[in-house]
Amino acid sequence: MTMDVDFSALATRGRNGALRLELALDGMTCAACIFEIEAALKAIPHLVAARVNYADRRLSLEWTAPDFDFAAVLERLRRMGYRARPFERESGENAERETARRLLRCLAVAGFATVNVMMLSEAVWLGGDMDEATRDFFHGVSAIIALPATAFAGQPFFASAFAALRARRLNIDVPISLGVLLSLAMSVYETLTHAPHAYFDSATMLLAFLLLARYLDCAMRRKTRAVAANLAALRAPAACRIAADGAQNYVPLAALAPGDHVLTRPGERIPADGVVLSGEASLDESLVTGETRRRCVSAGDAVYAGALNFDGALTMRVQAAAGDSLIDEIERLVEKATAARSRYLRLADRVSRLYAPLVHLAALGALLAWLAAGASLHDALVTAIAVLIVTCPCALALAVPAVQVAASGALFRAGVLLNSDDALERLAEIDTVVFDKTGTLTTPEPCVVNAQEIEPELLALAARLAHSSRHPLACAVAREYPRAMAIEGAREERGAGVIGIVEGVEARLGDLRFCSVDDVATDEDASVIAFRHGERVALLRVRQTLRHDAHETIDALRRRGLRVLILSGDRAAPVEAAARALGVTEWRGALKPADKVARLEALRDEGRKTLMIGDGINDAPALAAAHVSLSPIDATQIAQAAADAVFLGEGLGPIVTTIDAARLARALMRQNLALSLLYNTVAAPLAMAGLLTPLIAAIAMSSSSLIVTLNALRAGGANGSGERDTRRKRCFLPPPRGGRSSAEGDREGVTPRVFAAEPHPGPQSGPTLPLKGRVNTPTLASTRSPCATRIDA
Amino acid sequence: MNALLFLVPLALLLGALGLAAFVWSLNAGQYEDLEGAAARALADDDVEDGRS
Repeated sequence: MTMDVDFSALATRGRNGALRLELALDGMTCAACIFEIEAALKAIPHLVAARVNYADRRLSLEWTAPDFDFAAVLERLRRMGYRARPFERESGENAERETARRLLRCLAVAGFATVNVMMLSEAVWLGGDMDEATRDFFHGVSAIIALPATAFAGQPFFASAFAALRARRLNIDVPISLGVLLSLAMSVYETLTHAPHAYFDSATMLLAFLLLARYLDCAMRRKTRAVAANLAALRAPAACRIAADGAQNYVPLAALAPGDHVLTRPGERIPADGVVLSGEASLDESLVTGETRRRCVSAGDAVYAGALNFDGALTMRVQAAAGDSLIDEIERLVEKATAARSRYLRLADRVSRLYAPLVHLAALGALLAWLAAGASLHDALVTAIAVLIVTCPCALALAVPAVQVAASGALFRAGVLLNSDDALERLAEIDTVVFDKTGTLTTPEPCVVNAQEIEPELLALAARLAHSSRHPLACAVAREYPRAMAIEGAREERGAGVIGIVEGVEARLGDLRFCSVDDVATDEDASVIAFRHGERVALLRVRQTLRHDAHETIDALRRRGLRVLILSGDRAAPVEAAARALGVTEWRGALKPADKVARLEALRDEGRKTLMIGDGINDAPALAAAHVSLSPIDATQIAQAAADAVFLGEGLGPIVTTIDAARLARALMRQNLALSLLYNTVAAPLAMAGLLTPLIAAIAMSSSSLIVTLNALRAGGANGSGERDTRRKRCFLPPPRGGRSSAEGDREGVTPRVFAAEPHPGPQSGPTLPLKGRVNTPTLASTRSPCATRIDA
Repeated sequence: MNALLFLVPLALLLGALGLAAFVWSLNAGQYEDLEGAAARALADDDVEDGRS
């Protein structure tokens, strides 16, 4: 049942002529997996190299023969219980890796210079009886080390400062660069004039500290991005393309082009926008429009990526370049909304915008005041440099990023991936929470709602039978017992149901007629399917249900003084039902994407800061328009691209965790800014009074940075203690959809989480997680994909 | 003083060698997977069948 997807397009040619491909791996639980995988792959012919990157959960392969059997690798991994998907490293990720390397290289150079210059300086300070020639020699050697080292290690700052100056702005790098360059120039002068002091050490130490902060920041972001990209690769679905000669093969969504003919089977999601050529089916478009009622389509109808095909095979023509498709309209809305939000100014930027001119004025003031007071130009300059260094916005530069790194690390462990770097600050400001209903408050996939009323034994049997089908309703039944064994020999009758023999008795699961059950009255949102085993009959009602912790989450949000609203694209009746069940008084139904945006803008005009939580394609503009936004991991790709953060897992609990973490982070950022300002108000006057040498200034500055960093670490420790789950920490993946209930019928209470440590055999697909700014057509084309193909060994 | 003329450059040279080694290992990608590297030290695959 494996889908043979043609991935040859993704392989790249390496330096030695070998073909290279990276795979994202899922299922690695401990370091022993590294050896298991590498040892198993050694046996595969033509494979030159296979190396696991444990930190990123990736496997890179190199092979030489052009006819290398790539499927064999995937198959072998699958048998061992690892899910692997070829993976195309994004250019953004490569650039980030290069940045991290560059910073680390600069840091190494700055560190080397600091240590050696310090060794020489210490000799000068402590060697009281040192003769002048030795001292000059030491200063000279310091200069030889410090000048090239600063020229190399200071580049990140110099470049940024230069860019800012050219744009006639001041940023935080300008005073840093100025301080470093001036103190170096001064030190060279002092060395040449055989003066007793030089300040090479302060320049290099300053750079080392700042580079350390930047490297940590960058490393954190890179890790999040790598895991996000893995999730994307693991969940990227494939589409069944029909070639001109009628041959069908599965290709990655990225390979689809307008004009391609694609086949969608029942239970699969429509892979791209297009027009139906042949076939009839009813589609669940709840992720596209929010509407839960099914739509019937036939030849000539337009279909949108993300809709779930319930029954019937559809052949469609891909039409991504249509121009006025739903996606195009949504894309325009997202762009407009994003542009409006990009004006947000970060806390650190706001402070440094005021701070940078102030520092320069203070230094200039000190210089002029000392000159006026009759000091020599040399002494006045030394004082000015001390002012520049002591007020160096190191602590300021560290205050916010350090908290961000600690907080986003904690959130990462709690299953929340941040998409944008100012998300935390914006999250902390919110006073209103807006929920989408379908797929957010409710589960995105249908569930059996009357499971309690059915004999557990009978339900278990139905679930076993359901494992043989990919029909969405069968999938809902199968999820009741996700790890049940499929029944041998069960077969599916298209459009009717599944049939199998259990203990010599025929069992049927499917529509009412198929199971010879009389028609029953149904409400329009629920689908009813029947299960018959011999004489015993059960009716299963399948419908989207509220997520298991929707109640608690909304209560927790209210307790935090937040106003809660529901804005949905679904019809008014189901929205009202959900709102009433949750006790939410403000709700609207039947909203188009533009209506949601308008409503959010109205809230903004009231002075509200909104957090939008949504998952569908129709939510994307609203997610971009809100002050800040969150998406569940099973959201459509475009929704995730528009959201500031993505949370993993079945429940809504991470929303509360995220808000709490953001508020704590903001409090710590403010504390840090206050600390560094306090430090400056004490230290700057001392420096201006000429009481500090540049070296003492550098030490004071470093210790203030240290205090700020230590304070920031509290953001990492205080959060996530309740939610932390070590298994998730290891795997970074949500539980499979079915992990909700166990065989003992524990349906509403504690969730027995089954994490990705469980092998997921076969190609399982789901949403992909793009990174911000990748909202373009190929991204849009790939949306959520069908229920997992379950293969029982 | 004479000792210094000799020892200080020597100390710097050794430091520079360390730095060069670090930059080389960085460019060779040895810092890409620190978690995995920590675990690889425990592998005994070279004992089992003589292959590396």
